[in-house]
Amino acid sequence: MATIILFAPLIGALICGFGWRIIGETAAQWTATILLFLAAVLSWIVFFIFDPTAHENGYYTVQLLTWIESGTLTSDWAIRIDRLTAIMLVVINSVSALVHLYSLGYMAHDDNFREGESYRPRFFAYLSFFTFAMLMLVTADNMVQLFFGWEGVGVASYLLINFYFRKPSANAAAMKAFIVNRVGDLALILGMAAIYLQVDSIRFDDIFAAAPGLAEATITFLWTDWNAANLIGILLFIGAMGKSAQLFLHTWLPDAMEGPTPVSALIHAATMVTAGVFLVCRMSPIMEFAPAALAFITAVGAVTAFFAATVGLVQTDIKRVIAYSTCSQLGYMFVAAGVGVYSVAMFHLFTHAFFKAMLFLGAGSVIHAMHHEQDMMNYGGLRKKIPYTFWAMMIGTLAITGVGVPLTYFGFAGFLSKDAVIESAYVGAQGAFWLLVIAAAMTSFYSWRLMFLTFYGRPRGDKHTHEHAHESPMVMLIPLGVLGLGAVFSGMIWYNSFFGHTDQVARFFGVPYEEVHEESHGDTHSESAEAGKDEHHYVFAGQPGQGAIYVSPENTTLDDAHKVPTWVKVAPFIAMLAGFFLAFQMYIRRPDLPGKLAENQWPLYQFLLNKWYFDEIYDFLFVRGAKNIGRFLWKKGDGAVIDGGINGLAMGIIPMLTRLAGRAQSGYLFHYVFAMVIGIAVLITWMTLASGAN
Amino acid sequence: MIAQDLTIVLPEIILAVYAMLALLGAVYTLKDGAASLVLWITSAMLVIMAAWIGLSGQGTQIAFNGMFIDDGFSRFAKVVILLSSAAILLMGHEYMAKHDLLRFEYPILVVFAAIGMMVMVSAGDLIALYMGLELQSLSLYVVAALRRDSAKSTEAGLKYFVLGALSSGLLLYGASLTYGYAGTTLFSGIIETATAGEMSLGLIFGLVFLMAGLAFKVSAAPFHMWTPDVYEGSPTPVTAFFATAPKVAAMALFARVVHDAFGGAVGDWQQIIAFLSVLSMFLGAIAAIGQSNIKRLMAYSSIAHMGFALMGLAAGTAFGVQAMLIYMSIYVAMNIGTFAFILSMEKDGQPVSDIASLQMYSRREPAKALAMLVLMFSLAGVPPLVGFFGKLYVLRAAYEAGLGWLAVAGVIASVIGAFYYLRIVYYMYFGEETEELDKGTSPVLWGFLMASAAVMVFGVINLFGIESVAQAAAATLVN
Repeated sequence: MATIILFAPLIGALICGFGWRIIGETAAQWTATILLFLAAVLSWIVFFIFDPTAHENGYYTVQLLTWIESGTLTSDWAIRIDRLTAIMLVVINSVSALVHLYSLGYMAHDDNFREGESYRPRFFAYLSFFTFAMLMLVTADNMVQLFFGWEGVGVASYLLINFYFRKPSANAAAMKAFIVNRVGDLALILGMAAIYLQVDSIRFDDIFAAAPGLAEATITFLWTDWNAANLIGILLFIGAMGKSAQLFLHTWLPDAMEGPTPVSALIHAATMVTAGVFLVCRMSPIMEFAPAALAFITAVGAVTAFFAATVGLVQTDIKRVIAYSTCSQLGYMFVAAGVGVYSVAMFHLFTHAFFKAMLFLGAGSVIHAMHHEQDMMNYGGLRKKIPYTFWAMMIGTLAITGVGVPLTYFGFAGFLSKDAVIESAYVGAQGAFWLLVIAAAMTSFYSWRLMFLTFYGRPRGDKHTHEHAHESPMVMLIPLGVLGLGAVFSGMIWYNSFFGHTDQVARFFGVPYEEVHEESHGDTHSESAEAGKDEHHYVFAGQPGQGAIYVSPENTTLDDAHKVPTWVKVAPFIAMLAGFFLAFQMYIRRPDLPGKLAENQWPLYQFLLNKWYFDEIYDFLFVRGAKNIGRFLWKKGDGAVIDGGINGLAMGIIPMLTRLAGRAQSGYLFHYVFAMVIGIAVLITWMTLASGAN
Repeated sequence: MIAQDLTIVLPEIILAVYAMLALLGAVYTLKDGAASLVLWITSAMLVIMAAWIGLSGQGTQIAFNGMFIDDGFSRFAKVVILLSSAAILLMGHEYMAKHDLLRFEYPILVVFAAIGMMVMVSAGDLIALYMGLELQSLSLYVVAALRRDSAKSTEAGLKYFVLGALSSGLLLYGASLTYGYAGTTLFSGIIETATAGEMSLGLIFGLVFLMAGLAFKVSAAPFHMWTPDVYEGSPTPVTAFFATAPKVAAMALFARVVHDAFGGAVGDWQQIIAFLSVLSMFLGAIAAIGQSNIKRLMAYSSIAHMGFALMGLAAGTAFGVQAMLIYMSIYVAMNIGTFAFILSMEKDGQPVSDIASLQMYSRREPAKALAMLVLMFSLAGVPPLVGFFGKLYVLRAAYEAGLGWLAVAGVIASVIGAFYYLRIVYYMYFGEETEELDKGTSPVLWGFLMASAAVMVFGVINLFGIESVAQAAAATLVN
């Protein structure tokens, strides 16, 4: 079954990409879509029937073939199924299948392509190929296979961002995405190399088993001695930062919105960008032994969540707002991972995939209705024109802002997962907690701002466009409905599995756990023993490598997060309300207020509007210098020296020598004899001198 | 004692007796009318001898007090020599017949040359060496001038004879110097003198002259000057013969002399061979660029290839000799195919050797053009064809022997040399259609061409096991 899940998208991509001329465009698109639905259904089956306790160490692998065997480096191509993988399979294949379906409608007509051009099969082939690469990533049972998938999704992302290849801005965005990701990938490769250096294996089993040893070992890197676990953790996380658009390496994500909207929904919201979070969770056995790396992850995650939310406040492009929102939500996930509750990171990943894909697809539906107009300043009053889209977006907004009943487990998906992150952050890192709460307020503000600007008020912009605004076809609305179910219920259904009591989470992820009694377990950590007054108290008790994630017995953040003060639990809800009322005030009651505020706070507004000037700084620091070096090497190094040298040699010197040799071959015997005599004279002289020197 | 010695040289004796009998028989009976028959029988004899030597011989046997050595190395060389001689004879049959060149002496002279080569590669003494060399050379002088009514052919034979005489003089001078300073003509005696302490200057002189004479035979620069003229002037089958068996014999003799007679003075002759090697590679590569005659082009090509084979020899190790043997075997296989193609190049029944006549050949004869493409790529050393592995072996040998610079030079030379091979391919596939070559090829030529191309492609699997055979052969020479 796992094999079918993995290969269905690949087969779809191949049939669709290469076979569409034979079977026709429509059939090709449907083939890819149906194969993905097959994969999605099977993924859900795997998700539900997977029982970690039935397998040793909570996972099983399906061996496909031996991929690399060189010295001590062996790498199999195997499918590793554990809870993490099962979650990712569901997320990837569900969203991908729905996006395929949605694209049937969205990509039906596109003004970016000329009449008669066949772009649709290509689009579907790329989407399916992306899905395959992503599945390779999450089903990997060793670092190299993971890296293969990691790069595969990078390629697919590049191809899809650049899908409108006639647009220069899309070309630039695709290159930017690829190059910025390379920076992260370099760190990831270094991290893999460091692992191989220390563990002498790249298989996850061996790495996890060796994790405690890494905490003791040191590596010399950049002339400094590092703790091996910390160094590896940080390097891997830098890799994750690139893929997951965390601060400093985030600049590509907003630009990636140049791609068609379904791509943004699938790749740049639900799946690929969460690969970084997945990597950190997958590497939890190492992370648990790397406190510095975890602190770094928390800090970067929190700052990113805050930074991206501030930028999202002022953007007017509907997709960019959601892109910054994605960036911000990824920050949340990293904070959860950073404070050691990997299950909560996965929880937010899981719920976020639904509501963010939904928001993107909803935005796509709006854009579709508005003839590819993306500026929210030209929207307004669309509620009546496109009611289904409106309701879908409303559900998405309620989910992302975290609407629910405080102090209960009743609410939209985002309410449960985001509150879980924030409560964990309170336990793990107070600073991060405050940043996240503020970010939550801003999230609420920009999300409602998006809703109000788009669906309420008077129509703005081109009148003609507004008159022709129309609801999207059913193939686009059905995915919205399905995702809507996820956005509403996924949080409530799986709350206990991801963020319940330790024993529930441990069972879900297949991690061994044990009950703690004060007396009998004197050797367990004193803190947990203290907290063990509670009747039902459990701690994680596995060795690294047992179960899908590893949480050390000392790490009780999950448990403590349930015991935070009530005001902490209510804080995100308050922040959400504050954001909502502010947005209501500014965009419904007093629509003139935003303009005035922007005038009053001109420098701040510009600062946010220009995304904290990251692009400009990078342009100044790196891009220009690199460009100059590149131009120099191109013009002078390649053009003048290499080309000039080769051409001079090949067209000047060699022909000259050839003519010379031709002239020597005169046909006269005495010339030939002369050459032989000269030759022997030279040899004799040389040998005499050489042996005389002895 | 003498009976035992004669048993060891039995293959040579049988061939010699056969050749003389055939000569007498043909003279007194049908004369040229029997030429075809003699040619077929001769080819069969050569193949039988090759099979006999290859399959029966084992161990190292010494005859005539060390003058004649029968070991794995000599047997390897003999098999290659005999098989390639037979192949060339068969290939040239139709050509010779068509152009009224099929004299009954031709196959017999080839047998005499082959006997000379066999003696060369088995020589354990300077006298035996010279005997073999002269027997081979004298036969070759005659076959080069086989086309008596052609000025070019006669010129080629004469030039070859005069220069060959000079080189023989150099070789003899070297041999006499060596004898004078070593006190013996036996290789086993010379090596004792050469290994015992410092080599005397006289012995070094002897070595240099000997090597100059041998370099002439393998046509290594700067003793190569005869090659293009002789290749061009001789009838094409004779050219093909020049390019194959004598090269193997001379190269094997070269290895025999430097290892058996001067094995202790590797440092001395290594420099000379490296010098000859690098000069040959570059000269062969550069001078060939200007050629428009495919036979002259192949002459320079063979000079360059000898440079590569010498590179293996320059390593001075058993692996170097192995690499050289592999290289020579591959070289012979490639050349047989290439000359089969050249022999089939005809226009209105007349042989053509201008490479421009190959323009757009692929359109008329796609299969032959493809085979030629494979051979050209293989000659240029393009992976994954077998020619590449030959180069790889010698480069590795040179590198492992500490001659990294020589390996680098070899790579550069092979890049330059690739030009003219690829130009032929270019003409065949992308040229402008001009004059048309005749269609149709005799099945023999076609078969040799295709077999040779197939060897280049499928040999990459294991080089037909030649690697281990060459290794064993090299081991008997170097120890």
